[in-house]
Amino acid sequence: MKDIRITVNGTAYELSVRPHATLLEVIREELGLTGTKEGCGVGECGACTVIMDGKTVNACLVLAPEANGKEITTIEGLAQGDRLDPIQEAFFEIGGLQCGFCTPGMIMSTKALLAETPEPTDQQIRKGLEGNFCRCTGYTKVFDSVREASRKIRR
Amino acid sequence: MDYAVIGQRVPRVDAREKVTGAAKYAADYSLPGMLWCKVLRSPVAHAKILNIDTSRAERLPGVKAIITAKDFGGWTWGFMATTRDEPPLAMDKVRYLHEAVAGVAAIDEEIAEEATELIKVEYEELPGVFDPEEAMKPGAPVIHAYRPNNVSVEYHWNYGDVEKAFAESYIVREDRFRTGRVTKGYLEPPASLAYYDPSGSITVWPAKQSPYFHYRHLAACFRLPLSKVRVVQPFIGGGFGGTKNDSVAADFCAVMASKKTGKPVKFVYSQEEELSTSKRRHSMITYSKMGATKDGLLTAVQVKVIAEGGGYTAIGPLSMYLAGASIAIPYKLNHFKYDGYRVFTNNPVCAAMRGHGITHTRFAHDLQMEMIAEELGIDFMEMRLRNAIDNPKPGTVYRTINDVTLKTCGMKEALNAIKQDPIWANKDHTPKKVGSTSFGVGISGTAYVGGARQLGHQACGAVIRLCEDGTVNLLTGATDCGQGSDTVLCMIAAEELGLKLDDVVIKRVDTAYTPCDPGSYGSRVTVLAGQATQIAAAEVKKQLLDTAAKTWSVKPEEIQIRNSIVSLKGNPDKSMTFENLAKIASYSGSGAVIMGKGYSSYGLEPLDFKTGAGNGGTSYSFTAQATRLGVDLETGHTTVTDFLIAHDCGRPLNPVGAETQNEGGAVQGLGQAIYEEFIIENGKTQNPTFLDYKMPRSMDVPDIRIIDIITDDPDGPYGSKEASEGSHVSAPPSVLSAIHDATGIWFKEQPVTPEKIVKALKDAGKWMK
Repeated sequence: MKDIRITVNGTAYELSVRPHATLLEVIREELGLTGTKEGCGVGECGACTVIMDGKTVNACLVLAPEANGKEITTIEGLAQGDRLDPIQEAFFEIGGLQCGFCTPGMIMSTKALLAETPEPTDQQIRKGLEGNFCRCTGYTKVFDSVREASRKIRR
Repeated sequence: MDYAVIGQRVPRVDAREKVTGAAKYAADYSLPGMLWCKVLRSPVAHAKILNIDTSRAERLPGVKAIITAKDFGGWTWGFMATTRDEPPLAMDKVRYLHEAVAGVAAIDEEIAEEATELIKVEYEELPGVFDPEEAMKPGAPVIHAYRPNNVSVEYHWNYGDVEKAFAESYIVREDRFRTGRVTKGYLEPPASLAYYDPSGSITVWPAKQSPYFHYRHLAACFRLPLSKVRVVQPFIGGGFGGTKNDSVAADFCAVMASKKTGKPVKFVYSQEEELSTSKRRHSMITYSKMGATKDGLLTAVQVKVIAEGGGYTAIGPLSMYLAGASIAIPYKLNHFKYDGYRVFTNNPVCAAMRGHGITHTRFAHDLQMEMIAEELGIDFMEMRLRNAIDNPKPGTVYRTINDVTLKTCGMKEALNAIKQDPIWANKDHTPKKVGSTSFGVGISGTAYVGGARQLGHQACGAVIRLCEDGTVNLLTGATDCGQGSDTVLCMIAAEELGLKLDDVVIKRVDTAYTPCDPGSYGSRVTVLAGQATQIAAAEVKKQLLDTAAKTWSVKPEEIQIRNSIVSLKGNPDKSMTFENLAKIASYSGSGAVIMGKGYSSYGLEPLDFKTGAGNGGTSYSFTAQATRLGVDLETGHTTVTDFLIAHDCGRPLNPVGAETQNEGGAVQGLGQAIYEEFIIENGKTQNPTFLDYKMPRSMDVPDIRIIDIITDDPDGPYGSKEASEGSHVSAPPSVLSAIHDATGIWFKEQPVTPEKIVKALKDAGKWMK
């Protein structure tokens, strides 16, 4: 077992984890934060996207010991109490989701994209979400949601 | 139409849970003391099972139960009584690679996995057959003894006189088309948490889009009354037919292991397991002969369809029915002959997927019509307009030669909407070629059935319970697997009752409490669960109006309810809140419990598999689609820039939902048209990953515009029919039509990959080096 310290959604945790456990397993099973989804487990779908020290990562590809000392934000860390994050609000209002399984990852990628590029072009939106697979929506309303989120944040 | 809720752009009722990560899917559930289940799969595609030795696995510490076929006592399942050929675990024989052979339940996932590797199975390998046309030849390896010719389903339908019609035709063409080996591609792999409790009841939390299939499977398999099987519906991460309608091996193993150990048992398939073993779409070879007059009017169609079925029959009888039943829509046709063969192979099993059955023959015929039009020198749009079925006048019915009846048909209106749009109207005025890229615009015009039937139980039910504060609970057996049905059903309840949408709360399926439902397949939920909801709401409303009438000493028909306000039609100042009326109704006299219930009554005639006559559902959607794309004549790479979809779903009740269904359906069709195909060699799926089985990503999708064609079908709630399977069916022919426009080459097999394009360009002397 390996001892790690991580901060998730502002809370510091000291955990003893199996050396080959992934960050995704720790988030979902140890911390019970099941909003982060496992779609493929091999870094191909982006459903497990979380933000680690400001950058998006596929949590299924990060070994828990590699996350030692890092600050992590998951989908559960975005809303302030009852108040949704503007990105969540935009996806909610525009309807950039269907089954919802890719949605947490999609929103985390949008969070990182808009932090870096507050007013992205259509091409930058597509590029920013390239790692997040969605089978339901055809992406149209996902793109609309990101544009709306950008407007909300800049307002 | 003056609706208060229907037709409004509203957020999904489940959106908040989904954007916050609070929505729980099957894999998110756990119970104390829970075991993990893993499945051992066959390393060979076709073999006799001589012996299974589980002794070493049993001795592994942490292993609590091992399940093999003998635990299920020979029980098998399938679509029809005569085709129940699939066991939960392979019995005496394996029929496709990675078929499940045994299950293990252990204290954690790793031990369960390790234990599967300790099970020793002795196989006697048999020669396999992996191509449906090979499998039909005499002397091919026999996969099921009960079908010695390997044909699992066979239909021969004959309408009119095709021979005579061909003889009288000005032009006759024969072509061979093929749809690819594609899959649903949902993001959430199959998963379930199962508990067989000491009272002898089963409770499961499974990823199922049609939970009542699973409910019946479990009752039959475990020989329990249905009242002792409880399926609690988590959120579902996409369905699209097939696997999430049916049960998978681990579903049965988990329940059996729970029965043996008394512990809850959970499983989650890996995505690779899903992609290499789960039920996928049939690949169909369509030999089509089509005739037309000099003016391009269709005279006759003769089709032989050979479908690759894989190792078991599954829902194949319906797949083959749908492939044939849609031949005479959306174009007028007086003579057709259909010979359908679904053939066993030693490949993974093929079953339903969005666009079920219909996508194959509509793809073939839409393209073949263009080929005929090209030979006759007729514009492709004009060809379709000349042949399309007219919208029947209100109160009349259009009847096809095989007795498919249409009360509404927006095909011509949809085609005309595309014709007038700049994407089509200006296509000859936009640059045809820039650098090595050749641009093209294509169209399609297709039909799809909604409110689909299967065998047996057909009706959807709904119960609405009034709460004394004026809000209501809606219970239905219909499952929202992402398509948005919970939202549209709440909208229907709110509209009927005159309530605000927020005052209607829907509960997810729980077979212990919700009314029985066939399932979320065949574009049936809005139409049928919608009708049930409408009836249940009307029943509640009637009770409330009676109470209001008594309170105000007027007649019930003099009262209206809108936006949660109850008022007199003639004197709107005389009013009270809905909440107030609910309280009066609940508390007056001895008090009352206000409930309404209803079930759908459409579509009760049985399907006629023998002749293909009659309807496969309640109503039909029509879709015209234009595609603009560029083909790089050097690399063969296709970039699709625009989709314009004109669709007749009767009336979109939830416009946001209908749009996103159409957008998603069309993009899934795009995948099928140019990207997706399982590469299967000797039964082995060589590309069972999201990386190698390429589905459209954010960089690949076109800009999509939607045009609603409103036809207000009399057989759907508020005029609605189906949305999204239509746009899924319209996408591939539209894309291939555009590729033809760009390259001058007819491609007849999906997917049209860059390799195929380069090869065809080389053959045609058009390749740009």
